[in-house]
Amino acid sequence: MLKQFKADLHIHTCLSPCSDWDMSPKKIIRRSLDKGLDLIAICDHNTAENVGAVMKAGKDQGLWVLPGIEICSKEEVHILALFDELDTTLTMQDYVYANLTGNNKPEVFGYQIVANEHDEVLGENPRLLIGATQLGIYDIVEKTHSLGGLSLSSHVDRTAYGVIGQLGFIPSDLKIDGVEVSYRVSLDKAGDEVAGIGKFPCTTASDAHFLDDIGKVWTVFVIAQPSIDEIQRALRGKDGRRIMI
Amino acid sequence: MQVKELVERFGFEVKAGNNGLDRQIKDGYCGDLLSEIMANAPQGCVWLTIQGHQNIVAVAVLREMAAIIITGGQTPDEETLQKANQENIPILLGSHSAYQLAGRLYALGVGNPQPE
Repeated sequence: MLKQFKADLHIHTCLSPCSDWDMSPKKIIRRSLDKGLDLIAICDHNTAENVGAVMKAGKDQGLWVLPGIEICSKEEVHILALFDELDTTLTMQDYVYANLTGNNKPEVFGYQIVANEHDEVLGENPRLLIGATQLGIYDIVEKTHSLGGLSLSSHVDRTAYGVIGQLGFIPSDLKIDGVEVSYRVSLDKAGDEVAGIGKFPCTTASDAHFLDDIGKVWTVFVIAQPSIDEIQRALRGKDGRRIMI
Repeated sequence: MQVKELVERFGFEVKAGNNGLDRQIKDGYCGDLLSEIMANAPQGCVWLTIQGHQNIVAVAVLREMAAIIITGGQTPDEETLQKANQENIPILLGSHSAYQLAGRLYALGVGNPQPE
């Protein structure tokens, strides 16, 4: 049976250097429930080290948490990779880490806090997570798909780090599953207002870096269950699965 | 100035677009944000960038550029070179930074209304 899932598929944690310290696993779960969300995805910059903690914190709370990662390509385009399983997400993380150089300077870029499901600090991530990887956008999309994941192009309406801003237009042979627009554009108008979305299925998410941002915008998926396969079908409008606009 | 004169003078490596080396250079432009380049690059320019994605060729065709120079020792993607050969857009590789190269080109008179 198909149900509606109110989803915010792009939320950062305190591990992202540009994110607020309050973005801890338990607080993210609580705020997401307060906002009436059914489904969230955790996508930190170039890392997934807090994803497991948020998934544990969300267990038996009536909220689905999908693991993910927001990868910065060498063209400085942000791409979301979402998965069903934490293990696969960590495999993706290994691939990203192998292609990411530099060390963080917390006083300049911000602190990168690794936390557990009880909101206790485990340590800091020393990598330059804010940086660009040496991976091209095609490499990222291909690797995501080879691991059974979903590939979405982040905030395509934004000049900074959006694919259209960085590369002028979305290459027609880029095999992303869809695009994400930010809160600045409403989902029903995105196709008209953002030149170049064209044929790509469109979603919206908060890209929350602060608790108050969670659920600022959301996408309603009509699917059987919150899985990558179901979301992919909704993006393609297959088998009755769809996005409600 | 023709693109091939620039190649000889600076010792650039011609990675693609050999058939476009007789194009005339009328101006210069720098940048890596392709949306901005699509809007503002002047016709007949030589474009200095570190972006190596194949979209740079489409942008160069759109703005009727003379050539693309990939600066700072960066290397373009293989698909980019194939597209550049199809479109006859020379892609030149140099080790200079965009800053150094733009200064030298300007001093040579490229895009400079009053050459020294």
